[in-house]
Amino acid sequence: MDKNQWAYSENVKKHFMNPQNILQIEEDKYPADGKGMVGSPACGDMMMVLIKVANNRISDFKWKTFGCASAIASTSALSELVLKDGGMTLEEAYKVTPEDIIRELGGLPSNKIHCSVLGDKALREAIDDYYNKNNQKNPSQESVSRVVCDCKNVTEEDIRMEVLEGVTDFEKMKEVTGASTVCGKCEQDVRDTMKKFVEQYYKDDIYNPGE
Amino acid sequence: MSLYLDNNATTSLHPAVKEAIIEFLDSYGNPGSMHEAGRRVKDRLDSAREEIASFLGTTPTKIMFTSCASESNNTILKSLLLHDFGFKPHMITSAIEHPSIITTARYLEKNGVDVTYLPVTKDGIIEISALEKAITDRTVLVSIMHANNEIGTVQPIEEAAKLLTQKNIFFHSDMVQAPGKIIFNLDSMDIDAASFSAHKMHAPKGIGALYFKNSKAENFPFTPLIHGGHQENGLRAGTENTIGIIAWAAACRAIKADVQNEIDYIKNLRDSFENIIKESISDIVINGESAPRKPCTSNVSFKYVEGESILLRLDMEGIAVSTGSACSTGSLDPSHVIMALHNDPETAHGSIRFSFSRENSMEDVQATAAALKKTIDFLRSISPLTPKG
Ligand SMILES: Cc1ncc(COP(=O)(O)O)c(C=O)c1O
Ligand code: FES
Repeated sequence: MDKNQWAYSENVKKHFMNPQNILQIEEDKYPADGKGMVGSPACGDMMMVLIKVANNRISDFKWKTFGCASAIASTSALSELVLKDGGMTLEEAYKVTPEDIIRELGGLPSNKIHCSVLGDKALREAIDDYYNKNNQKNPSQESVSRVVCDCKNVTEEDIRMEVLEGVTDFEKMKEVTGASTVCGKCEQDVRDTMKKFVEQYYKDDIYNPGE
Repeated sequence: MSLYLDNNATTSLHPAVKEAIIEFLDSYGNPGSMHEAGRRVKDRLDSAREEIASFLGTTPTKIMFTSCASESNNTILKSLLLHDFGFKPHMITSAIEHPSIITTARYLEKNGVDVTYLPVTKDGIIEISALEKAITDRTVLVSIMHANNEIGTVQPIEEAAKLLTQKNIFFHSDMVQAPGKIIFNLDSMDIDAASFSAHKMHAPKGIGALYFKNSKAENFPFTPLIHGGHQENGLRAGTENTIGIIAWAAACRAIKADVQNEIDYIKNLRDSFENIIKESISDIVINGESAPRKPCTSNVSFKYVEGESILLRLDMEGIAVSTGSACSTGSLDPSHVIMALHNDPETAHGSIRFSFSRENSMEDVQATAAALKKTIDFLRSISPLTPKG
């Protein structure tokens, strides 16, 4: 791919120009079993995911997205991923990660990785909503994430989400999460945890498109 | 289709500029050399400086060439403000300046300078009364841009200049977006310094200028940003970008011939474009619409959709525009200019700048408006924010 012509992979382009599984009717005419809505217009990204469930599998997935090309392409790719081969089970779908979406898209530029985070979040919200509506407990709901900073109650998951939002610098991490700003005993743990996720998400040779 | 509507970012080379470059290519002498080859280039440089100065309404001794307007902006702020004044110096600028002013001001703040960033009205204009109020007895420099690059609004710099002359405060203006689009005469404006860039007026990249009148700066020394040889009166070292300067002079000559007609022509394109989209597309805001604006610029916020996706879909149709959305900049913050107008991230994320030039036609305007309508309709149809559904 010629990087000068298009900053994204061919797959992003395909999903962006021709998004799949968009909700094309009014929302109230689509009887969804679960709904997830994440993000906000102020942040520049907002996604709505509607799912139907049959026999513990996601039998339909419709969405709408406000956002940039990678946000739109991410939701479209996610919808195909979830619906493949008769649909994922709820357990499988609950475990979809941003990496899965990025892989499906053939990579995203590193400053765009945060745009792919919302899709799986919206999907999990829709699944939680489905269980709630049916008065069931979500068996996949993870026990709470490990607390890294006791003073500020910052978890591994909090740090992971910030890394995905583009925070890769320790000072910035302190600023946005508050971690390591009180007693400071957690500094090394915060640094190590952050480093682990930075290496996981920003390894150029894995996610750089077209190389 | 290939339609270039990003002329505030940069412009194509004027045919007369291309000719001038080719004609000059073999004149390789260093204008600082005493021999024939050097003297010949020195002569050409002198008359080019004369032509550029005259186009800007001033005289050649007040024009100092730089590598770009970012350098001009850096120079004026750092060269004048990074001194021991015996007190903490204060400068005033606006919230909607180009990054080459804002980031430099932030750097100065870390180095002992107080900075006031004047807010703008909803129409993107600073208020002279606010400027007057911001002045303290430590204020040594004010820098307010002329036409804004993102939304085109023209700041009241002549009024500002009058006020600052009264108060004997040094006044700089980033006038990069003005030449060829707004008619002005530098020497009659009471401005002490101004920045320009050739590539915004159909000449090459990598050549800029700083207009600099030493009068008020006598109070404080000027330290060059680039030390070295005696070029530019010892204010800016480095062998001159001779081809760039010759090319810029050619652009001035070509544009000067017909400048008022060209301005009218471009304004008509811009106004027609805005009239068409106001009819065809709902829920839009034209940023800075009721303020004086440079004639080529239309900055529009489209509700319920995000700018980068508009930009990229238009790009697929061969139409080049720019956006104030965060997603385009790589940072997480949307345009500081649109934010300064509306303080509303949603409006900033959905903003697109169309900037026209002499090379665009009315057919281009119609084609763009049609492609835009299609794009906005589509993106709204997949947006969860559309008013209904
Ligand atoms: C208002 C303004 N100031 C300064 C600059 C910087 O110009 P240059 O590209 O020559 O550094 C630009 C161009 O981007 C501009 O629009
Ligand atoms: S445990 Fe993190 S600051 Fe105390």
